[in-house]
Amino acid sequence: MTQTTAQADSPDTRGTSTTPEYAAPDAVPRDASSISLRRLRKSFGADAVALDGVDLDIRPGEFFTLLGPSGCGKTTLLRLLAGLELADDGHVEIGGRDVTEVPPHKRSVNTVFQSYALFTHLSVRDNIAFGLRMRGVGGSERQRRVSEIADFIKLGGLIDRRVDQLSGGQRQRIALARALVCEPDVLLLDEPLSALDAGLRSQLQVELQRIQKRLGMTFVFVTHDQQEAMVMSDRIAVLNDGRIQQIGTPREIYEKPVNRFVASFMGHENLFDIESREGDCIDTAALGRLKVETPPHGELVMIRPEALELGSEVSSEFNRFEGEVREFFYRGSHIEYRLEVNGMRMKALSSNQGQRLFRIGDRVPMCVWPEDLVTLAR
Amino acid sequence: MSSGVPRALRETRHLLWTTLPAALWIVIFLILPSLYLVSMAFMTNGPYGQPQLPLSLEAFHQLAGFGFLGWSPGNLYTLLRSLWQTVLSTTMVVVLAYPLAYYITTCRQKWRPIMLLAVVVPSWTNQVIRAFGWMNLLAPDTWLSELAVRLGFIPEHLGLFPSSFAVTLGLIYNFLPFMVLPLYAAFEKLDMSLLEAARDLYASPVRAFLAAVVPQTLPGLLAGIVLVAIPAFGMYVIPELLGGGRSMMIGNLVAAQFAEGSNWPLGAAGSILMLIATLVGIVLLRRLGRRFGGGEEVVI
Repeated sequence: MTQTTAQADSPDTRGTSTTPEYAAPDAVPRDASSISLRRLRKSFGADAVALDGVDLDIRPGEFFTLLGPSGCGKTTLLRLLAGLELADDGHVEIGGRDVTEVPPHKRSVNTVFQSYALFTHLSVRDNIAFGLRMRGVGGSERQRRVSEIADFIKLGGLIDRRVDQLSGGQRQRIALARALVCEPDVLLLDEPLSALDAGLRSQLQVELQRIQKRLGMTFVFVTHDQQEAMVMSDRIAVLNDGRIQQIGTPREIYEKPVNRFVASFMGHENLFDIESREGDCIDTAALGRLKVETPPHGELVMIRPEALELGSEVSSEFNRFEGEVREFFYRGSHIEYRLEVNGMRMKALSSNQGQRLFRIGDRVPMCVWPEDLVTLAR
Repeated sequence: MSSGVPRALRETRHLLWTTLPAALWIVIFLILPSLYLVSMAFMTNGPYGQPQLPLSLEAFHQLAGFGFLGWSPGNLYTLLRSLWQTVLSTTMVVVLAYPLAYYITTCRQKWRPIMLLAVVVPSWTNQVIRAFGWMNLLAPDTWLSELAVRLGFIPEHLGLFPSSFAVTLGLIYNFLPFMVLPLYAAFEKLDMSLLEAARDLYASPVRAFLAAVVPQTLPGLLAGIVLVAIPAFGMYVIPELLGGGRSMMIGNLVAAQFAEGSNWPLGAAGSILMLIATLVGIVLLRRLGRRFGGGEEVVI
């Protein structure tokens, strides 16, 4: 269900893309740190391998997201960065320093926990000041930095409240302030928005991204929500079964997934087996012969639902086929069609430009441009 | 409906009838006896130990240590000994129960009830029988006493019983389950992410424990202290049997006045002193709980 919604909301990437492609900022602040992980392994008992040889490089000042389903190892990876778990094998380097065996209180890394993990017996002020106090930052300096961060995060009048008097969104901000005030080399965020309602969540997504760009700090963000990952990240690593499946910009991950797992996880449903290939053409059982732009290299072909053109005036001379509308969902900015093509189900999204809508039972001509066909590994 | 009595009034009447037995019980068996006890403390001791008029402060005078032979510190010592024994044994019980309760929560789910049962089962045996058990263990020439003699703690041919040490040991043994249970309940709902947050925010393991674990278990700890310290302070059986008359506590003082001492007003004054000491202790603990316990109200 989440996947369907995500797809319906995703921008039509043909032509101009609305998904920004961030390069790592040119002027990287001095204190932003890189992370490099080498052959990282972690298991909990014999059968539970959480991370199975992870290699990863995160650039200084990058908003980097670990994306994957629950149990994929993304939280374990984050905990290894924080020092809350120790790796069985491999190396963790933060800012050029090997911290593989360094305990959490000696790493310049702070975490925003999924449950926020605020100290309920302390006031908001004391919660935020906790890390500074433990580091031995003196009274007046500490006060100044706490007030500064409270202004920055817009906590305003909450500062003297007790934590148990606050709402989820407010607690989330305090957890963020508590971590940011320590000015860590790297900020780790463990699904910090998952407990919030949809409206607040999208607001905080934007805010969190702005904060990261303002501070130029390296953020490592964990989520299972591909939409959230795409909106916020400079780059994304998709994880499954303790292995990294793909690393890339949101656009690369969404438009050019490398295998079936990444494609399905990003919400793609139109995946077809390649029966045979010949030059720049491939044959599929469902859609017949398809022309692709680049020489095909995988076993699957993927068609993004928004790349399907529907209607009698379809423009491409290649890759034409016909489908029967089985279901349709009106989503305002888009119309989602479920079609049947030669016994196979396909999903199409057409942007709403006031055109005539198809009805259930209509036979609709469709086409897809060769450059929109992506071939990928099984 | 048929009756003209308003609904609210009917409900009030209904409430009154249902709570009446409990209310009567409290009045007859708690409030009236307490009032009688308090009034007894202000009466004069009769020739046969019975309380009689006129009203006087003689009992309190005696309690403070003034007798026919001038002032003696005996009662004061008894009070101080009671406080000391209470503080010592409660502290030891906390020291023993805290790691034990935590350890039980880390065990497998199916073992926990069995371990808790093992902690609780001894307290199902009669207190007197258990005290006799300790007497046998600590008596002269038993292996425990021999060991104490060898280590130079006690002179030869003496036992660990009777002594104030035996009383402390008996109190610790007796009250351990009352501390383990509330602490176990507190540890079981411990939010470990707070411990991780503290570690993440540069707290060393010890400081993280103090900042994240202790405040969370404080309600359980305070409840345990109340469950242990109050009955320990008023304990009669253990000092009577294991102290051998030399380690009298205030409970024994009170009991003696109602029995062989035959001075009921003095006994009543002693109980009032106990009551006041207990209330002061509870108020102090509540303060402590509010100061450090944060949001969670400590129920005592």
